[in-house]
Amino acid sequence: MNLRAVWAIYKMEMARAFRTVLQSIVSPVISTSLYFVVFGSAIGSRITEIDGISYGAFIVPGLIMLSLLTQSISNASFAIYFPKFVGSIYELLSAPVSYLEIIIAYVGGAATKSIILGLIILATAALFVPLTIEHPFWMLAFLVLTAVTFSLFGFIIGIWARSFEQLQLVPLLIITPLTFLGGSFYSIDMLPGIWRTVTLFNPVLYLVSGFRWSFYGKSDVSIGISLGMTVVFLFICIAIVAWIFRTGYRLRT
Amino acid sequence: MPSIISISGVTKTYATGFKALKEINLDIERGEIFALLGPNGAGKTTLISIVCGIVNRSSGTVTVDGNDISRDYRTARSLIGLVPQELTIDAFESVWATVNYSRGLFGKPADHAFVEKVLRDLSLWDKKDAKAITLSGGMKRRLMIAKALSHEPRVLFLDEPTAGVDVELRQDMWAMVRRLREDGVTIILTTHYIEEAEAMADRVGVINRGEIVLVEDKAELMRTLGRKRLLLALRSPLASIPATFSRYALELSPDGSQLTYTYDNQSERPGVASLLRDLETAGIQFRDIDTQNSSLEEIFVKLVRRDA
Repeated sequence: MNLRAVWAIYKMEMARAFRTVLQSIVSPVISTSLYFVVFGSAIGSRITEIDGISYGAFIVPGLIMLSLLTQSISNASFAIYFPKFVGSIYELLSAPVSYLEIIIAYVGGAATKSIILGLIILATAALFVPLTIEHPFWMLAFLVLTAVTFSLFGFIIGIWARSFEQLQLVPLLIITPLTFLGGSFYSIDMLPGIWRTVTLFNPVLYLVSGFRWSFYGKSDVSIGISLGMTVVFLFICIAIVAWIFRTGYRLRT
Repeated sequence: MPSIISISGVTKTYATGFKALKEINLDIERGEIFALLGPNGAGKTTLISIVCGIVNRSSGTVTVDGNDISRDYRTARSLIGLVPQELTIDAFESVWATVNYSRGLFGKPADHAFVEKVLRDLSLWDKKDAKAITLSGGMKRRLMIAKALSHEPRVLFLDEPTAGVDVELRQDMWAMVRRLREDGVTIILTTHYIEEAEAMADRVGVINRGEIVLVEDKAELMRTLGRKRLLLALRSPLASIPATFSRYALELSPDGSQLTYTYDNQSERPGVASLLRDLETAGIQFRDIDTQNSSLEEIFVKLVRRDA
């Protein structure tokens, strides 16, 4: 194992985050605060509570998941797409590093960044609403699992993308709608019958539901299913990455 | 000692069906400077990319210091430094950060003193905190070299190192290449500047349309190629070359109006002066005089055209 290489890439990725601190930390904090103002105050004045939880507190896990998903994907996809785009990928490909090491370094870097971000949003949220975390271990487990899974997913997009447009395509057209429709801002019990069933096909629902359970002990679907679905998605991503690296797909001609 | 790089039967066919390399067999000797010449699109970069692990070959084997580039890719790659043709650098990193990153990427422990020496040797030390994006083209080129040297490679690939580079940097680069060679580093450079190969290389290989058409010791090549012809247009035609001139390699044109003397321009005594003296003594007068040079460029063009 070329641990020095893993560390070098990881350090470089983290340095990038701190160099672009405005973009990577400050802007998600600002947008989260805006969600609180808009959703929490405006809608919260009409819906006072869901499942016995105040609306402001209810949306916190969903908001964190929203940022976690989008940031994990954009961090990881950009991290591997950028060297491909400028051509500096030659160095990575000519270095004595295995694909596994590349993955660990890039996905590790992207996941670390989004976990830090998730915790910052959590801290920001605590300023607006009183929070309880009933299952801190599971809260962290969901945080890490989701960050890693979606960083892997982002890495795949970054390798697949041939243009900046393609890089934005999946997050914009698939992930954002799924997160908004995944029960971040409401309980699925509030939806009419047919839409409740449709929502059950949305993988993000399981993430948000499981994550919310770790906070308040209440969830739309059972915690076992939430965890199971997250792990399934993680393994799908691992399988795709394994295939990419076996074939050199879009990396080595 | 076995060669440091051994390429045997390497082919590359791209997905489009384009055959970039057809059966390449090439051995690079330890510690030599090898110049790979070829026109654009001949396969120079593809060949280098295969050895460095950037492009997968279609068939054949490559070893670097005895290590197979697929089976023992870690050892093989850690021996190689690559300076690609294009200036491809993460624009937002500082010089210092990016060179240290390269060293780590190749599995070497951090060594700030060594990195400092590399940067100083390349006149980059003043710029160590500058971001790559703020550097001039020449400085970027130096930075690419610093990155390639950061992990103390035993083999250095320079892909078109002096394309679009000013005279000063070119001279610096040549000096650096010679220094590296003194330290035992093997250097493989691709170029389409023939003078560069003439000035630098120990051996020269010519690649054209995916095939190696010539590999020759440069001195040997220059000996066979480095011949000059002295053309003498005579005032009055000769019937034959007088016997007294038998020690000169002279040829008389069919009409007897022109004498051609072929000599080795590398020689201490090419015999031009004595020939001219002897001609005067013999009363053979000429009205014009001309010389023709054969050069690496000439043979190169001939080799490359042959298949066209």
